[in-house]
Amino acid sequence: MENILTVESLSKTFRLHSVNKEIRAINKISFVVKEGEFVGITGKSGSGKSTILKCIYRTYLPESGDIWYNSKKFGLINLREATEREMIYLRKHEIGYVSQFLNALPRITAREIVKQAILEMGHNDKYAEEETEKILTHFELDPQLWDSYVATFSGGEKLRLNIARAMVKRPRLLLLDEPTASLDDESKEKVRVLMEQLVREGTTMLGIFHDMLFMQNLCDVEYRMLDGEIIKYSEKNPFTKH
Amino acid sequence: MDDLSNPVLSVKKLNKQFGPGCSQCGKADSAVLVKNFCPVCGTVYACRDISFDLYPGEVLGIVGESGSGKSTLMRQLYFDQEATSGEVYIRFYHDGKKNVLNESSQQKRYIRNHLMGKVYQNPLLGLRMNFSSIGNIAEKLIAAGNRNVGQMVLRGQVLLEEVNIPLFRMKEEPQKFSGGMQQRVQIAKALSNNPPILLLDEVTTGLDLSVQANVLDLIRNLQRELKISMIVVSHDLGVIRMLADRTFVMLEGKIIEQGLTDQILEDPQHPYTQQLVHSLL
Repeated sequence: MENILTVESLSKTFRLHSVNKEIRAINKISFVVKEGEFVGITGKSGSGKSTILKCIYRTYLPESGDIWYNSKKFGLINLREATEREMIYLRKHEIGYVSQFLNALPRITAREIVKQAILEMGHNDKYAEEETEKILTHFELDPQLWDSYVATFSGGEKLRLNIARAMVKRPRLLLLDEPTASLDDESKEKVRVLMEQLVREGTTMLGIFHDMLFMQNLCDVEYRMLDGEIIKYSEKNPFTKH
Repeated sequence: MDDLSNPVLSVKKLNKQFGPGCSQCGKADSAVLVKNFCPVCGTVYACRDISFDLYPGEVLGIVGESGSGKSTLMRQLYFDQEATSGEVYIRFYHDGKKNVLNESSQQKRYIRNHLMGKVYQNPLLGLRMNFSSIGNIAEKLIAAGNRNVGQMVLRGQVLLEEVNIPLFRMKEEPQKFSGGMQQRVQIAKALSNNPPILLLDEVTTGLDLSVQANVLDLIRNLQRELKISMIVVSHDLGVIRMLADRTFVMLEGKIIEQGLTDQILEDPQHPYTQQLVHSLL
């Protein structure tokens, strides 16, 4: 299998000018993600897990190191040096990001949020409508809610919608920043079913989870973070993989 | 790759100064300058070496404090003021090969009437307050070469409906309208000639929250439907977050930082940007 993502000695330091402080979040991190793999990163809060994902997604500006991503459109591209326009394209078409928080306007309906994500990729209206209903049904979001504003949703509903929005695009690489942290077991199970389905369809996943059990049953490779460094990893025995 | 590599609007080293300049402040980044003001000759350097590209269907945000040169920049682009130096290229004008700043005022009017729309913070600047709303839209249509009254009325009605102004009020003058309605008439007027480039200068400043949301939703929907390239100037980070894909930050007439909007908001680099972002309530 080819590497879809190769991170080489990635570092990130935050410089806070007002208090004149430097905070080193991650220090010379290196790891690879193979195409079709489910890679998990564990570690306690503050160890720099999210920083890695955000550097890959360019929500944070990486400081040094390389992030080689094998893009369908651009070929091998270093995400640290990619232009903003290239990043915008990749975000729309190839790389998804899901966090615990639904980043959307409060005045939009659930249906619109998901549909917009599909339209962004250039699909037609009819297809977008069908796919939207399919995924909202899968996540068992009450049809009554489809056309109401997301501001009125419960935490769990928002989260399911958030994941639906990212997954419906079937990104090549999906970054998961503890998306299931506040979900009940039943909802987690739904997310897992969809994740497994996406992996089968060829989506590569790089995720952070707190729920070790959830993660261990799903992940092919596990990296562990400690104080900004990756210290060890385990790999699932390929023969025991179901 | 067309969308990624071919800008609609390209601005190179745009400068605008108010005042003659002197031997003390003539050099860029001269030490005598207090911020962007020369205490020797009283010259204000409002825009300093501004360069950027605007791409098809993109919304570009500009943030910065009052007096940072945002509106001055917009005025240069719409030819409301003459730039001191610099180059501006527009893809739809001579294939983007001519510096539009050097064109005759007649050509500039053509560009403005056919290729651009602008919405001002103050509706007084964008509208004729004592002419009917539909007449205001017709003004821009006539400027763009339309002569058929029936068609212009139809187009005006479509636009007013689009911006949620009831048609039975289309003959009323904007001075009778509320601030939010005036702003929406301005947007309708700016859109009337189907411009590929729309400039929005603090369009929601001073409107109350619900009206602000209303105007922003309208802009967002129009952008989505018509795929217009927009430059959105605001000092309200919320507006920028909602509308812009990319953002740049201005201070004292210069671009001090640029990036993806979420990166600017979550990982600002420049001390001023950090201060700005941390001032968010």
